[in-house]
Amino acid sequence: MQNISLISVLIIPLLSAILMLLMWGKTKTKRLLGGVSTALYLLASIALFAEVSANGLILVDVGSWQTGFGIALVVDMMSALFILLSAILALVSFWYGSTFIKSNISLSIFHPVFFFLLFGLSGAFVAGDIFNLYVWFEVMLVSSFVLFTIGASRSQLEGALKYVTINVISSAFFLIGVGILYGLTGNLNMAMLAKALPLVQNQTLVDIAAVFFLVSFGIKAAIFPLFFWLPASYHTAPIGFTALVVALLTKVGIYSLTRFFTIIYPLEGTLIQPILLVLAGLTMVIGVLGAAAQTDFRKILSFHIVSQIGYMIMGLAIFTPMAIAGALFFVVHNVLVKTNLFFVAGSVYKVFGSFKLKELGGVMLQVPTLALLFAISAFSLTGIPPLSGFWGKYLLAKGGFDEGSTMVVVVTAVSLAVSLLTLFSMTKIWNEVFWKPNPNNDSRSEVKMSFITLLKQHTGTTVSIVILTILILLVSFFPNSLINWCMESANTLVNRDLYINGVLGVK
Amino acid sequence: MEVVLAILTGLLFSAGLYLMLHKGVVKLILGIMLLSYATNLFIFLVARITRGIPAIISENQDKLTDTFADPVPQALILTAIVIGFGIQAFAIVLIRRVYKATGTANMDELSSSEKID
Repeated sequence: MQNISLISVLIIPLLSAILMLLMWGKTKTKRLLGGVSTALYLLASIALFAEVSANGLILVDVGSWQTGFGIALVVDMMSALFILLSAILALVSFWYGSTFIKSNISLSIFHPVFFFLLFGLSGAFVAGDIFNLYVWFEVMLVSSFVLFTIGASRSQLEGALKYVTINVISSAFFLIGVGILYGLTGNLNMAMLAKALPLVQNQTLVDIAAVFFLVSFGIKAAIFPLFFWLPASYHTAPIGFTALVVALLTKVGIYSLTRFFTIIYPLEGTLIQPILLVLAGLTMVIGVLGAAAQTDFRKILSFHIVSQIGYMIMGLAIFTPMAIAGALFFVVHNVLVKTNLFFVAGSVYKVFGSFKLKELGGVMLQVPTLALLFAISAFSLTGIPPLSGFWGKYLLAKGGFDEGSTMVVVVTAVSLAVSLLTLFSMTKIWNEVFWKPNPNNDSRSEVKMSFITLLKQHTGTTVSIVILTILILLVSFFPNSLINWCMESANTLVNRDLYINGVLGVK
Repeated sequence: MEVVLAILTGLLFSAGLYLMLHKGVVKLILGIMLLSYATNLFIFLVARITRGIPAIISENQDKLTDTFADPVPQALILTAIVIGFGIQAFAIVLIRRVYKATGTANMDELSSSEKID
C-alpha cells in the first residue's frame, strides 16, 4: 500500500506548478489556485505528520522496486516536522509574495517557480537516497536562482551570479562525496550506506567523503567560513519573492547536515565533531559581528541568519539527544521568526519606501502595529523568556552544559554571549527604524496608520505577518508538544538503528 | 586506463578552479563547465571501470557471476550531465544579463550589493 499523504506532498506542488505555467498571465485565477494548493499542501503535510507520529517511519519504494534497488522515499519525524514547517511557510509567503508584487510579468514567473521550489523542498525532505537528495537539491536550486533574479536589477544580478557560482561548486562537492561513498560500498540508499560504511576497510576515505559532504552542505547552510555568498545575495531580491527562499534554503542545508552526520556518518567521536563545534562558535560570532556593521534593514537580518545557523550547527555538534532536539526546535523557531522579521521589513518598505536605516524613522509613532509585530519577533529572536527563542536556547544550553566537556561548555557559553550581541543589533534596528523621528520632510513623514487602515491597504502582507506572529506566540507559550516532537526526532537520529531497521524492514 | 583518467580528472579540476578564480565572467562559466565535467568523470572513475562486460544476465543463468560494468554510476552521470547542462544554460543567460545591466565583465567591479552605505 503506497502512502497517499506522502505522495500528495510531492504531487500537489508539481501539479500546481504545471497548471500555473499553462495559465500564464491570468493573475487572479493563479492566485486562487495557489491559495487552494498551498492549503491542500498544508493539509497533506498535517496528515503526513499525524501518520508519522502515530505509526513511526513511513517508507515508499518508488516503482515497487525492492529497497536499495530503486529510489526510496523515507519520512521520519524530522522530515515530517520540516515538511510541516515548509507548508506553513508556503501558505503565508505565497500570500505575502503575491500581494507584495505589483508587476504582472514578475508575478507570472513567480507563481509557477514558487511551486517548483516547494516541490524541490518537499522532495529533499523525503529523499531516502543520497543521489536522489542531490537531484531534489538541484530542483530547488534552479528554482531559487530564478526567484533571485526576478526583476533583474543590477544588484540582484550581481548577487545571483555569486549565488549560482557557489552553489555549482557546492553541488560538485556533493557529487564527489556521493561518488566516493558509492565506490566504497556500492550503495546509495541512506540506511544501507549507514550499515555498510563501518565495514569499509579504508576508513580514511570515508572521512574524506564526510568532509566533502560537510563542505557542500556547509555552503548551503552558510556556516563559517563558507557563508559569504549569503549576505551578498539574500538582501538583493525583493522580499515578497524570497520569503520562502530566505527562511528555508539554509535550513535544507541544516537538514542535510543533520541527516548525514547522524544516520549515515554518526558524528560522535570522529575528527569532524570538534571541527564542527569550533565552526559553530565562529559562525555565531562572525555572523552577529557582521550584522553590527550593517546599515540596511535586510542586510542586518541576512547576517543574523548566519549567526543563527551557528546555534543549529552547535546543537548537532554537541550530539546528545537534548542538544539535537534543541537544534531542531531552534530551526522551527528561527524559520518563523526570521521570516516574520523579513516580512515586517517588507511592509515598512511598502509604507515608507526604503530599507536604509538612515532614511527610515518614526515607524512607531506612525504605524504602531508594525512596531509591535516587529518587537515580538525581535525579542523572540534574541531569546527573551518566555518567547520561542528562549526555549530553543534553553534546550541547547542545557544540552551543552550537561554534556560537560570543556570545549562544548566554552562554545555554549559563547552562544549565550552572542544572544547579547543579537539584542544589540535588534536594538539598533529598533532605534533607527521605529524610535527616532522620521528624517524625511515629505509625504512619508505624514503617514499615520492604525491597524485597521494598515489591514485595509496592505491586506495580504499584514495578514501574513499577523498569522506568523500568532504562530510564534503559540510556540512561545505552548512549547511542550513541539519540544516533544523534537525530542522524538532527535531520538530517532541518535539511535540510528531505529531508522535503519525501519527502512530495511528488519524487526 | 585508470591512471590516465585519474590524471585527466585532476587536470580538469585544477583547470576549472583556475578559471573560476579569474576576473572575467566568461572564464567563470568555462570554469563551472570544466568543474562539472571533472565531477562526472570522477564518479565514473571511482565507481570502477570495467570494459566490455555489460550487466546482462545470459539466458541459461539466473544471476550475474562474472565481474560486470556497473550501470548505476552511468545512470548517475547521465542525470548529473543533464542537471549540469541546465545550470550552465542558466548561468550563460545570467552573465549576458549581468553584462547588459552593468556594462562590465570584470568580477571585481560587481560588488555593489556588498557595499555598506
